[in-house]
Formats: sequence, structure tokens, C-alpha cells
Amino acid sequence: MPLLEIRNLTVEFATASGPFRAVDGADIVVESGDILAIVGESGSGKSVMMMAMMGLLPWTATVTSDVMRFDGQDLADLSTRERRRLMGKDIAMIFQEPMSSLNPCFNVGYQIKEALRQHLGLDRKERHNRAIELLEQVGIPSPEKRLNVFPHQLSGGMNQRVMIAMAIACSPRLLIADEPTTALDVTIQAQVLDLLTGLQRDTGMAMILITHDMGVVAETAERVSVQYAGQKVEEQPVTDLFATPHHPYTFALLAALPERATEKHLPTIKGVVPGQFDRPSGCLFSPRCTFADETCKSTPPAVQPASLGYARCHYPISAKTEETA
Amino acid sequence: MTAPVVIAKELSRHYEVKDGLFAERQTVRALSDASFKLSPGKTLAVVGESGCGKSTLARLVTLIEPPTTGSLEIDGISAVPENWASLRSSVQIVFQDPYGSLNPRQRIGAILEEPLKISRPEMSASERTAKAREMLSLVGLREEHFDRYPHMFSGGQRQRIAVARALMLNPKVLVLDEPVSALDLSIQSQILNLLIDLQEKFQLAYLFISHDLSVVRHMADDLIVMYLGRPVETGPKEEVFANPRHPYTRALLSATPTADPLAKKERIKLEGELPSPLDMPAGCPFAPRCWRAHDNCHTERPVLDGNQHSVACFYADVED
Ligand SMILES: Nc1ncnc2c1ncn2[C@@H]1O[C@H](COP(=O)(O)OP(=O)(O)O)[C@@H](O)[C@H]1O
Ligand SMILES: Nc1ncnc2c1ncn2[C@@H]1O[C@H](COP(=O)(O)OP(=O)(O)O)[C@@H](O)[C@H]1O
Ligand code: SF4
Ligand SMILES: [Mg+2]
Ligand SMILES: [Mg+2]
Repeated sequence: MPLLEIRNLTVEFATASGPFRAVDGADIVVESGDILAIVGESGSGKSVMMMAMMGLLPWTATVTSDVMRFDGQDLADLSTRERRRLMGKDIAMIFQEPMSSLNPCFNVGYQIKEALRQHLGLDRKERHNRAIELLEQVGIPSPEKRLNVFPHQLSGGMNQRVMIAMAIACSPRLLIADEPTTALDVTIQAQVLDLLTGLQRDTGMAMILITHDMGVVAETAERVSVQYAGQKVEEQPVTDLFATPHHPYTFALLAALPERATEKHLPTIKGVVPGQFDRPSGCLFSPRCTFADETCKSTPPAVQPASLGYARCHYPISAKTEETA
Repeated sequence: MTAPVVIAKELSRHYEVKDGLFAERQTVRALSDASFKLSPGKTLAVVGESGCGKSTLARLVTLIEPPTTGSLEIDGISAVPENWASLRSSVQIVFQDPYGSLNPRQRIGAILEEPLKISRPEMSASERTAKAREMLSLVGLREEHFDRYPHMFSGGQRQRIAVARALMLNPKVLVLDEPVSALDLSIQSQILNLLIDLQEKFQLAYLFISHDLSVVRHMADDLIVMYLGRPVETGPKEEVFANPRHPYTRALLSATPTADPLAKKERIKLEGELPSPLDMPAGCPFAPRCWRAHDNCHTERPVLDGNQHSVACFYADVED
């Protein structure tokens, strides 16, 4: 039984100019101990997908799915209170902006201890000791002193660590990290990624890593799901995805990386991601795809088998098509 | 080789700040002793982590503020404030944020014509419009975009507009401060290609600021690596990437993720964080985090030294 199983998740927002589909039939399956990366450009629905699962979207959002289970438990059956309890204890989330989840009015120690009090029922002394232990675990020097420090007195990298300490305080079984290093410099990013993968290895928790950075994906993930305009367009183990992408979007995205360039002019993807009003009726990538034909423009493609990376494409790229191309 | 269009000698910029109401004045050394030459048709990239002084350097070269000490020469003329007015059109800047840098109430045509109105008052309205339309097509936008407002454009298109505006006065130097950092990968390559084409067409000199080493590696001819306001290594791109001599450059390169899951990487782990620019280490700025540091590193500051490929480190070429 997978730890997390979401099938056919769709999120539609009611907006002043009509309904807007931000997530469109997405599947997410995570086993215990997995590191799944979800990669996609901004606006492709990565964050909304996670918020939908956590029950954190505003009322303007309509969320539907065929399956949404954590550890065999149907999330839709839970009351708001039960879901809140699950979130924070068994499922924890960290964000790009630590300040969005740290309260500027309370010191670091209070915020960690509060998480411990709510979910684990430890007594005062135990909470204090555990808080120090946690700060130590995330590599914060002189943790005892840092308990009394306020978030604005710490650097971005340090606050990110505090948020990670809070997230792992209750030993979650699934950690969702939404662009956890996007706001950080590369040397600090390297520290935070090492920290996260180290924690994942030591505790056996599963991790969903959301990012737009192909380098971070390559160095961190085991499995990668590629998201485009609210849809999952491909999913493969990380080495296979980088070696043999099957969806034309993945292929084009990898080709556009400067580090893969073979000449001065980089390969480009023409056009832009579709918006609310120009959503194509066939394949969502068809207006930008070099392989698109009439079928692509008129008919939404089905999902290909695992051997073709579950590519949502009429003409997935395989070793064969590449030879003839 | 053509003569350099920018010659910077030991540029420094310090700011006086007061931390709190009754605190003493303190000096932020945002930039210290930056020297370089920039030639037509070439790209000099400035890399380093946030707060290392990249944007400060950009503001000095763009004549937005004067250096505290040091000298700057642009197009053969000393760039002292008295000469700024005559040099303004020679150096233009493009910022990272394509949303914040365009006036939302102006149409694209007006945005492009504005620099001409200010700097070329003798030009007729029809000449201005013709020049703006020509520039629009040069950066890959269409005729009908002329009368639209910035909010009607995507991030990539807005960055094209910002580049077009910067080119209206036929500058010789373009300062690009993180020009593609806010853009998605699929758009980034379009803008980089545009910059490559424009550079060739007009023989522009680029001061290209970026924290993304894979972008820099693709675009640069030469490189300045900065740490805490100081250049710590400079040289031709190939040499710096192939043979980084400063420990910080090594750490920076090793921390940059590569999009290759099979790449075997030994990551140099940097301990600690960037010191505050208010509280500079006495010796080498990198010494508190450096694994090569000896006693003298903490008391003496190494100067940038070398011919083509220079480095500011006492132990630049020791084996790690
Ligand atoms: N509360 C909301 N109301 C309407 N649209 C929203 C809301 N939240 C997000 N969206 C839209 O949903 C799309 C997906 O957003 P998001 O999941 O944040 O993208 P990503 O995380 O992949 O960058 C975007 O187009 C965004 O503008
Ligand atoms: N006007 C200013 N007043 C005080 N400090 C400043 C000012 N501008 C920049 N600084 C400081 O100078 C240092 C370098 O900043 P900056 O040039 O913006 O770095 P970068 O662009 O590399 O991130 C930073 O510590 C910054 O806080
Ligand atoms: S001078 Fe010393 S401290 Fe500075 S980088 Fe070189 S070895 Fe490290
Ligand atoms: Mg997001
Ligand atoms: Mg800057």
C-alpha cells in the first residue's frame, strides 16, 4: 500500500472571469521512504496540488479526485479537525519563504515547543530538551542560545533550518518541501539539501520535493514527475528521465538547459504556457510542440505505459523516433 | 584587440548606516577594490552570492551613484559626476524584475520613446516613433505591441521590452543585473539568445551579473568572482571553470547542482555563513569559512594577484 495515493486530482478556482483549472487530473503516488520530485515551471499547479491535499485552499477552490488516501485512510472522510491533526504530525510541509510559516512575534524556541505540545503532549522539560535536539539536528550552532532568538534576527538559511526543525519535530512520515531552497544561495542550498536528504535517509520518511530547478532534481530525487499547465506529463526514475525523456516538453526543457548546450544559440520552446483563456482543446503542449499535428491539436492524449514514462502524449519520444527524426 | 570601453580601477563603495536610533554610525563596505576592463563585443560576468556587492558594482558602472574611492573611465572619458550627463547614454541597465521596472501606466511605445525625449530633444516625434518601432521588432516583439501596456505581456516579453528600452540610446555598454533570474527555463533560453544576437549586432559590452553559474558559463568571456564585496578571482571563463584557484570559487562550483544524475560530485562543504559586511574579518574575507586558512590568513589580507587569471589567496595553488 502506498503511503500517499492521489488519483485524478483536479482543482478549479472560481475567478471573476470564470472558472480556472489549476490542476487537471494529476496522479501522485509516494511509497514510504521515497523521494519524489515534482518539477515544472511557475504556475504549473505544483503548490496548489499540495495545498489541495493538505486542505489549505480557499473556498473559491473546487477540489475533486478519485482517490486521496494517506496510509490507507481516505482524506475526504476526515473532518477538518482530524485532517489538521494529521497535517503537522504525519505530514509536514516546508515552504520557500520561511517567514510565511514562522511567526515573527515569537522566539524560535516557543514556536518549536508549541508544535511539540500540540502534537506529542510532551511535558515542559521534555519539550525544551527536544527543541534543543532538533536545532542541533538541523545544524544550528549553539542551539540552546538560539531558542531565545526571533526569526528576524536570523539569516534566510538559518530560518529555513528552523522551519525544517519544526517540520520534523513530530517525526512526520511524509515531508513536503515546496521550493525549499529557491530563495537561498547555492552554498546554503547545498547545506539545506544535504540536511533534507540526510534526514530522509535517517528517519525513513518519504519526501515530495517541489522545484523548478533541474539541477536540484538531478542531485536529490529518486523519481521525477514533470508537470505542465496543471497536468502530469511524464514520470520516470531520475536517471532515466535525464537520459531518455519521453514527453516532448521534458525533452525540450532539458535541451534548453545552458549546461547541455552544444552551440551558442540555445534551443528554445516557442510561445508561453497557456492561460485561462487560451487553453487548447487537445494536448495542452500542442501549440508549443515541434511534433504536434492535427490529432494533437484536437484530441487530448492518453497516458502512455510505464515503459514510455507515463507520457501524456500521442507521439512519445522513444529511442526509435529519435533515430528517425 | 579593440580598446576597452570601461576601465575600472579599485572601485569601492561604502555606506554609512545607523543600526537603531542611538546606535553609532557604522560603515557597510558594499564593494572594495574592484578593477576590471570591459571590451566591445565581450561579456564580463560577475558572480557571487547575495550581498557580495554585485548590484552595487552595477550602480557604479551605470552612473547611478559615484564610487567612494577609485576611478571609472567610460569610452575614454573619466566618469566623474561632472561628466555623467554626457556619458549617460553610453551605459544602460536591465534589471532582474521585468514587472517592477516598467511603468504600468505607460504604453510600450511611450516607454521606448522616453529616453529619446530626454536625451535627444532635437529629434522629431516621427523619428522617435520610427526608432521605437524598429527597436521593437529587433527584440522580437510585434508591430501591434506598440500600443499595449506592460501588464498585457508575459515575463519574457517584458524583459524584451526592458532590453529594447535600454538600447534606445545606442549604448556601448549594457549592465545586465540578473536578467533571466526571474524567468522560467523555457523563456530563459529565448532571452539569452536575444542577448547574444544583440551583442553581435551592436558590438555591445556586457557586464553580466548572475548567481546562476550554468548561465554564466554559457554567456561569459571573462569572470569576476566576488566574496563579501571583493573580487577574489578573475580570469577568462574557461580557465576559471577548469582550474578554480580560490577556495571560495571551488566551493561555489562544487555547490552548484548539475543537471546530470550520474555526475559524481564531491561537494566541498562550507561551514558557517557569510559574515556581516558591518563586521568584516580583519584578514582574508573568506578565512572564517576556509579550510586552507593558516594563521596569517586571519590577520593579513591577500591582494588580487596574477596575470590573466588572478586570485586573492595566500594558498591559491596548494592541493586540497
Ligand atoms: N487562490 C487562487 N485563486 C485563483 N487562482 C489561483 C489561486 N492560487 C493559485 N492560483 C493559480 O493556479 C495556478 C497554479 O499555481 P501554483 O500551484 O502556485 O503554481 P506553481 O506552484 O507550480 O508555481 C497559477 O496560475 C495560479 O495563478
Ligand atoms: N544603499 C545602501 N545602504 C546600505 N547598505 C547597502 C546599500 N546598498 C547595498 N548595501 C549593502 O551592501 C552589500 C552589497 O549589496 P548588493 O550590491 O546589493 O549585493 P548583491 O547584488 O551581490 O546581492 C549588502 O550587504 C547590502 O546590504
Ligand atoms: S587566503 Fe587563506 S583564508 Fe583566504 S581563501 Fe586563501 S587560504 Fe583561504
Ligand atoms: Mg509554487
Ligand atoms: Mg543584487
